This record gives sequence, C-alpha cells and structure tokens, in this order.
Amino acid sequence: MKRSIEEINEKIKRGDVCVVTAEEMKEIVEELGPKGAFKEVDVVTTGTFGAMCSSGAFFNFGHSDPPIKMRRVWLNDVEAYTGIAAVDAYLGATQLSESRDDYGGAHVIEELVSGKEVELKAVGYPTDCYPRKSIVTEISLEDLNQAVMVNPRNAYQRYKAATNSSDRILRTYMGTLLPNFGNVTFAGCGEISPLNNDPEYRTIGIGTRIFLCGAKGYVIGEGTQHSPPFGTLMVKGDLKEMKAEYMKAIVMPGYGVSLCVGIGVPIPILDEEMARFTGVRDEEIFTEIIDFGVPRRDKPVVKRVSYAELKSGRVEINGEKVRVSPLSSYYMARKIMEDLKKLIENGEFLLTSPVERIPTKSTLKPMRQREIKVVRSVMTKAITVTPETSVEEVARIIIQRNVNHLPVVEDGRLVGIVTSWDVAKAVAMGKLGKVKDIMTRNVITASPDEPIDIAARKMERYNISALPVVDSKRRVLGLVTSEDLSKLLAR
Amino acid sequence: MLLRLRFDAKTIRKPVISIATLETNALINILRANVDARRGEMIVEVEDEKVREVEEVLRRYGVEIEELGEGVVKDEGRCIHCGLCISVCPVEAFRFDESYRVVLDAKRCIHCGFCVRVCVTKALTLYT
Repeated sequence: MKRSIEEINEKIKRGDVCVVTAEEMKEIVEELGPKGAFKEVDVVTTGTFGAMCSSGAFFNFGHSDPPIKMRRVWLNDVEAYTGIAAVDAYLGATQLSESRDDYGGAHVIEELVSGKEVELKAVGYPTDCYPRKSIVTEISLEDLNQAVMVNPRNAYQRYKAATNSSDRILRTYMGTLLPNFGNVTFAGCGEISPLNNDPEYRTIGIGTRIFLCGAKGYVIGEGTQHSPPFGTLMVKGDLKEMKAEYMKAIVMPGYGVSLCVGIGVPIPILDEEMARFTGVRDEEIFTEIIDFGVPRRDKPVVKRVSYAELKSGRVEINGEKVRVSPLSSYYMARKIMEDLKKLIENGEFLLTSPVERIPTKSTLKPMRQREIKVVRSVMTKAITVTPETSVEEVARIIIQRNVNHLPVVEDGRLVGIVTSWDVAKAVAMGKLGKVKDIMTRNVITASPDEPIDIAARKMERYNISALPVVDSKRRVLGLVTSEDLSKLLAR
Repeated sequence: MLLRLRFDAKTIRKPVISIATLETNALINILRANVDARRGEMIVEVEDEKVREVEEVLRRYGVEIEELGEGVVKDEGRCIHCGLCISVCPVEAFRFDESYRVVLDAKRCIHCGFCVRVCVTKALTLYT
C-alpha cells in the first residue's frame, strides 16, 4: 500500500486531508500501529526553533545614481559580504556590529522583517561604469529588489549536549555552563524535530517545500557539516514574506550574536514505513554530553543520553542529579507544527517531492592544518628550586641565569612557583626567608601536548607570564613563557 | 520579605544580625552576603510578621535597609521560552508549564541576578 504526494495534494485541495502534528502522531502510532496510522494520516508536521548561527540573507539593493560598485557595505554598521555583483550582498547572522555591543547581522535581519528601516553605508570601487565612491542611505525590505534568506546549515537533527568539568563558569555557544558539572545544556527538539521523523531522508530532500520563519521556503540541499544522524539542511526563503514572530536575534553572553530560526517541515506519510518513522520517541533519540571544560576540538564524552532524559530536566552525572536547560524553544517548535498543520488543512500549503535526495552517509572532517604547535615545541628548560632554598639564593639564580620564573620542586613534584616579582616584594618587605615563605602554591600549569593557543589564553586569563610544563605526575618538564610565545609571532 | 542591608565601616563591626535575631526572635535567612573590610551588603529573608521589628533593630545599629520587591522580572514579549535560565537558577524559580512556556515564580527569587546575564534575548531584568 502506497500513497503519493499527488494524492495528498489532491486531498489538501479538496479539504479532506488528515494532518497531525508530530506530537499527535506518536500517540496514533502507539495506538494503531504503523499500519493503522498510515491508513489514517496523510501528513505529519514537524517543527524546530533554535539558534542557527549558519544563517543569513542575500540582498539586492538596486542601483544608485550615479551607480556604485560596492567594495564594502554595512547595514546598521554590520558588514555584509559584497564580493559578488555591484549591489548584491550577503549578510551573515553572526557578523558583529562595528559600533554597538550585543548587536549583529541577526538583529538587522529581524529589524528588516519587522518593517524597520536600516542604514546602508557602502564604499565603492570607482570604474567608468560605476563612478560613485560611497553612499549612505536608509532602506527597508520593500525598497529592495530581492531579500532572500539562505541558510547554509539549519535544523540540526540532534546535537551534542554540553557540560563543564572545569572550576570556572564558561560562556559558550551552548549557553552558560556552570563549574564542576553544575548544569547541562542541549539543543534540538528531539522527537518533533524534522529530520528525526524522516531519518533516511526519503521525503526531505532538495526541493522540499518547508515553513521558514512564517514564509514558504525550500530545502536546497544538505547543510554544511551534515553527518547523519547529525543531519542538517540548507534552506532558503523569501525574507519579504517572513514574520518576525518566527525568528529572534539573540546574544549568547560571552559568545556573540546568533539568529533563532523557526522551521517546520511537513512529512508525507507515503507508506507504513513513514508512519513508523514518524512514531519515533525521545527515548530512541540519543546524543552525547560532552565536556566544554576541555578547550579542544575533540572534547571528552561525559555520557550518552537520550532526548527523553535531557527533556526530563535532570541527568545523572557522577552520581549527582544535574539540572538541564534546553537552548531550543520547544514552545515555539510546537507552535510552528500547529501553524503548519493549519496552513495545510486550509489548503494554503501544498507538499512537494524532492527532486534529489540528500546523503544518508557523510562524515565530518576536521580542518587540515599545517601543524598544531604544542607547548613541548616552544618550552624552555626550567631552572627549579626547593621550598628550602633561601630567597638570596633565588635572587642570585635570577640574575645569573637571566630568568624570571622558578618552579619549586619537592620530591620531584611541582609544589609552587617563585618569580622575580616575589623576590623583589620579599626584599621590599624585609622578609628574606626561604622560598616556601614567599612562593605561590596554587600554580597554573601547562601540559606538553597542549596547543600554544590554549597556554596563551591561560596566561592572559590569569594575568601571568609563564606556565611550568608538567606531566601527569606533576614532574616539571620545562617552562613556557609569554616571551617564548611572542617570539613565535615575531618570526 | 526580602531586605537588602547595607553596612558602613562602623556597623560592619557589630554582630547586628545576631542582635536582631535575639531581640526579636525572628528567623533571618541570609541569602547573599558580600562583606569586606570597609562595607558590606546582604540580602536576607525575614518572616513577614517580624519585618517591622527586625528593621527597627537594624536601623538602630545604623544599617541601611531597602525592601526588595518581587525579584527578577520577565518581559513576555522578549522571552522565547528556551529555558536556558532554568538550570542556572540556584533556587529553581523558573520552570516549564504544561505548554512548555517558561514561567517564573518571582517569590522564590533571591536577587542573585545570574539569570539576567544568561538570558539570550535580554528578557530578564532585576530592578536595583
């Protein structure tokens, strides 16, 4: 038994189509089984609403008189890319304003969709055909020839959840992460999210008509970084038809600007298998919680969890119930499912067959890098002292060996650090005792395999100029100083 | 009732909270305290029927008092109901209702302000 998209569209036009939301479909499949559900239901609407950084819009501003070939262009002081034709540009959602805090491309897009005017400022590249050098003017959406949202990566099928093992608050693209596994954040809407309801991408492909921020949009391919089951979509839609209530410019504290995008995808129930797919439950959709306390690309996996566990509000980590926050709005995703359902029922939204499938297999490659410079390659030999060394002796070593930082070692292990500053301070206060009286005991260290960028960020964060390099047993292997790092830049 | 107490260099040296407790028999819950050598600030919770008495004692010892209102305020026009605030609130003042809207029980708020810095749409404000 099969059902075609054409049959479904006929039913939509006649007004007797059976559309249910993904949420309702779970119940129906549970009650009637996939076979019964297939008989009853023609279309299942899915939805998602969350921060989708890889979003933006193409604009054509029309030609000024005299005409300009834009070399750089800003909208409300947010730069758009205009390395294309004279008055075409692409404004990215995460591009930051050059004059205002907490404002970026996403805000410009939201303001345009809300009907507001924005300031356009451009500098030209004067030619015989485009003599103008610069222009400043106001524009609104209706003044533009085209304003097309084109988002290279949206609607993540699922996403890695985040936690933080370190001892400080982290401000990340996954929100604020409290120290010592203080909370967990996750993105994605699980069982109601579009791609989870069509995991083999049978009906969602190139050309699929979707609901994009209140307008009719289209899937134009798999998104960037598409790697099933962490699938993504590239989508487009007419900005002029969008509604501001289905998008939201946001500022992730300490991270930057992004755009919350609302997407709804109708899934035609072509056969029993599609009914079974759309019956998927949060309990069957798994992801991993990863540790943002490790500032590397490959972050350690803390735990494998289902979306059901994440949505319950608490997950267990190391025997403790840790509270969970979503980043996506389930409320908005449900609203989109409902609104799309109504559009289809009212005959205002017809379904399409994909003209091409998106890949069901694809892997995510890391960046090809020339070399990752690690601390081992820049560290120098450390001159160490013991807690019992006298301050005078330390002063002598500092002068003779021309160093500023002396790691303090006892029984082969790092126990502190003493610097030329500590010695100067001891002299100034007339406290000429032993190293143990003046050393810093809580030492910030580096490991030999740590990239130098991470060592540099540590020095910056703690306002220090050197890190002892230690192995896992806290044996001192060397010292890396801010001077060593700045020499690299000077080369 | 939540009170913000401000101590100057003189009052900071006196055990005023203990004195107030002993004199009034009121239970005083210290929610936040930030005290250094020269001045201090505290947010305390006092049972409603004892507030006047406690305030009287504290004022006598030179403590500056401000009665705090309902705590953090949520702008419904800005809130997208994501729920990021839920896991960072130390007293669990935020939760989802049955339609997955984020609702705030401002009475629980201890004015820590943490959620204000976490919110991505700036929907939360703490009047000060």
